[in-house]
Amino acid sequence: MKPRTLISSLAALLAASASIPVLAQQAQDFAITNATVAIGDGSAPIQGGTVVVRGGKIVAAGAGVAVPAGIQVIDGTGKWVTPGLVSAVTDLGLVDVGAVDESNDEYAPKAGFNAALDVSAAIDPDATPIGISRAGGVTRAAVAPVAANAIFAGQGAIIDLGADANPVNRPRAFQFVELGERGADLAGGSRVAAQTVLRNALREAADFDRRAGISKIGGAKASPTSTGDDIPLDPRMAQTVQGRADDGLLTRFDAAALVPVVSGRQPLYVHVERAADIRQVLRLKSEFPAIKLVIVGAAEGWRVARDIAAAGVPVLASAITDLPGRFETLAATQSNVGRMQAAGVKVGLGGFYDNDQPRYAPQYAGNLVAVGRLPGASGLTWGQALAAITSVPADIIGEGSRFGSLKPGLAGDVVIWDGDPLELSSGPVDIYIDGVKQSMVNHQTRLRDRYRNPQEGSLPKAYQ
Amino acid sequence: MKARNIGRFASHALAGLALALSASAGVAKPKQDDPGFQLKDNPYPSTYKPYPGEAVAIVGATVYDGAGGRIDNGTVLLSGSKVEAIGGPDLAIPQDHRRIDGTGKFVTPGVIDIHSHLGVYPSPGVQAHSDGNEATSPTTPEVWAEHSVWPQDPGFTRALANGGVTSLQILPGSANLMGGRSVVLKNVPSRTVQGMKFPDAPYGLKMACGENPKRVYGEKGQMPSTRMGNFAVDRQTWIKASEYKKKRDAGKLDSRDLAMETLADVLAGKILVQNHCYRADEMAQVIDMSKEFGYKVSAFHHAVEAYKIADLLKENGICSAIWADWWGFKMEAYDGIPENAALLADHGACVIIHSDDEYGIQRLNQEAAKAQGDGKRIGINIPDAQVISWFTLNPAKALGIDGKTGSLAPGKAGDVVLWNGNPLSVYSRPEKVWVDGAMLFDAMDRTRRPVSDFELGQPGEGDVK
Repeated sequence: MKPRTLISSLAALLAASASIPVLAQQAQDFAITNATVAIGDGSAPIQGGTVVVRGGKIVAAGAGVAVPAGIQVIDGTGKWVTPGLVSAVTDLGLVDVGAVDESNDEYAPKAGFNAALDVSAAIDPDATPIGISRAGGVTRAAVAPVAANAIFAGQGAIIDLGADANPVNRPRAFQFVELGERGADLAGGSRVAAQTVLRNALREAADFDRRAGISKIGGAKASPTSTGDDIPLDPRMAQTVQGRADDGLLTRFDAAALVPVVSGRQPLYVHVERAADIRQVLRLKSEFPAIKLVIVGAAEGWRVARDIAAAGVPVLASAITDLPGRFETLAATQSNVGRMQAAGVKVGLGGFYDNDQPRYAPQYAGNLVAVGRLPGASGLTWGQALAAITSVPADIIGEGSRFGSLKPGLAGDVVIWDGDPLELSSGPVDIYIDGVKQSMVNHQTRLRDRYRNPQEGSLPKAYQ
Repeated sequence: MKARNIGRFASHALAGLALALSASAGVAKPKQDDPGFQLKDNPYPSTYKPYPGEAVAIVGATVYDGAGGRIDNGTVLLSGSKVEAIGGPDLAIPQDHRRIDGTGKFVTPGVIDIHSHLGVYPSPGVQAHSDGNEATSPTTPEVWAEHSVWPQDPGFTRALANGGVTSLQILPGSANLMGGRSVVLKNVPSRTVQGMKFPDAPYGLKMACGENPKRVYGEKGQMPSTRMGNFAVDRQTWIKASEYKKKRDAGKLDSRDLAMETLADVLAGKILVQNHCYRADEMAQVIDMSKEFGYKVSAFHHAVEAYKIADLLKENGICSAIWADWWGFKMEAYDGIPENAALLADHGACVIIHSDDEYGIQRLNQEAAKAQGDGKRIGINIPDAQVISWFTLNPAKALGIDGKTGSLAPGKAGDVVLWNGNPLSVYSRPEKVWVDGAMLFDAMDRTRRPVSDFELGQPGEGDVK
């Protein structure tokens, strides 16, 4: 039985809708000079540095960089320059107001699907949180759905926060699954159930793939991300009459959506917190060798840090979790990130929802520098802390060759700050995405300006 | 609020907003046929006594006194549980005082959080611990938060060690228009709540306007289901309380009513109103309601739109207890802006930085510093020493404890934080914290790191957190 291929029109449709941001004409060529430049790769900031951006890409950054003739020069005296912040695992673009259900697309408790859900269709570049996060220096994000009716939340997307009509850089970039306390609840009431649901789902997907050959469809295109022609094909749309076992529990769409996970083409982001759950997740690799894991949460990661490092599984962790808010976070400590990093785990900051806003990332990173200065605690160096909110999460979400630092060839995502970007008193003064200067105006700045003086003038506030 | 739990999102995070509700039985009221029962003002009195502390002299630090003062190369003397003196390098240091070198470090009063749910929504945030909202009636002034506080909440220890918090007000949640009495605590580990109670601190009454009460009761198909319903229920209750108080003052009560006792004490000025309210227009209405019935709002809590009525708040002497920059998580928070604190300060209104969060309480200093920076970027420059008052003296004033703590004045409580750097920098942490002159946290000494009962024998016990 030969698998059918994707219908060609579908491929054409996908190519047409591939929403890698077209480098807009407004992309500026510019050099920022005499600034404190932080590359974002873990290195220490460079005094008197220069950053050159041309054609929407970083050309050079550091000390002793020549400014090309005729290029626009921005005086960076007294300023700091960093790559744009990368917010890994957030709901940016899915929500206007979290508690206003009709404005909130992160979560679908009554949906008939779970793993098949694909957030890329719902990203709204005009959502106010995008503008506010952008003004805080956030330029890219990994947007994840929130699990609501099953352990699988669905497929997340990589986006940029540019003020344009094309936010999605990469749809279906990862699948998200809950395997801790929340997963237990979603699976029917226990971790036992969650582990069973997971295995059944992955085996149904593998079985579907074996019968229908879904993972072979478009296989030639599964090259590393680089140019925009690598948008993953949507396995849900595979045209096949082959395939499902009669006793399958998953919908056809959900099973198809998990084929890239089980075949290792799409990473599986697993939210777990406690040490025992992390160990269980790491064991999945022996059962499903192709699977590519990213652990999200890992409040007790420090207790199994060597195992995580040995498995080569990256972690997106909270910087500040230090309370036993649940039984699965008993050993939470602000030293978690530092200890995991010291053990060789690739760890970035992640999990930005509600009042852990994406624009708080620098504060959280700064706290990891602070905690490292306390006796008995582990933190990060300044360079590592910045990397934990830029290049490391970019790398973990599979985009490290595209953005996340000021290395030559990467996207011209640049933030100019009025001081040390991790410091509380500092804020962005200019933001570029793909070399395009971004507006800093949003709902908040308009309110701020209107109410600089609270009293009405000759006309009501509504006319100001 | 949709539930998630990535990272720090415990099921009870944002408890004051999320309103995890339980159908627990109502609070028993005193028997109506027992007119002879005499209520005491404080039948659950504080048993807190300051722990022993040595006389110390912190020398060479930058000292912020909490009242707007700053002394470079300052000296702070503590003895007998009190601040003995503060001054410059020339301040005489008595022989018996142990010197602590504060060079490169900073001293502030102990941090005060006017809005916490530690103990009533403790960690772990399991349903069995959900004790912050008596959401069975829209007005429950008869409940007292101190009867819900679990002193073993590990959150208290984090607030001390990472936040330098020495006093805090524990409030009921905001499900109800009148949520009950608050309790002010010293942040001292104790077997009992009474062992934490701030001696002689006034009680507070938690009130709430806006979305929460109308949603909670509207969903039950009862009043209030609208903002106008909120006000109607409030006003009807205040009418009843006014009549009760009149009878009480005249000695004509047949029986005592716990709910009415609390409200009558508000009307008598003995209990301070701590009013959860987000929107400017609603705060303005609440101010009129307070005048209608003759009580005063001590602080509007959350107050994300306070900047729109900075003039009105100043005129009425009402503090705004706010986050630095929480925004947009619910409809009534949609107009929050990071410049809220700076705009209020610029117009001379009282600013308090509060937490309402077991994590935020560990970083009130940082939140204040962010708000200061956001002001600076629009040309409002607020001196560091004034910003320090946002989480020290100002909350003390709004709690009615400023005569005892909140600033480093001779004779006030020895509630002091020695920071290892500028407390308005992200890179600084409390190094030592004194409560009433007793050193209860020392980052340099593991024996001065509190561990709650809950954490004993469990992974991470006694770890640096």
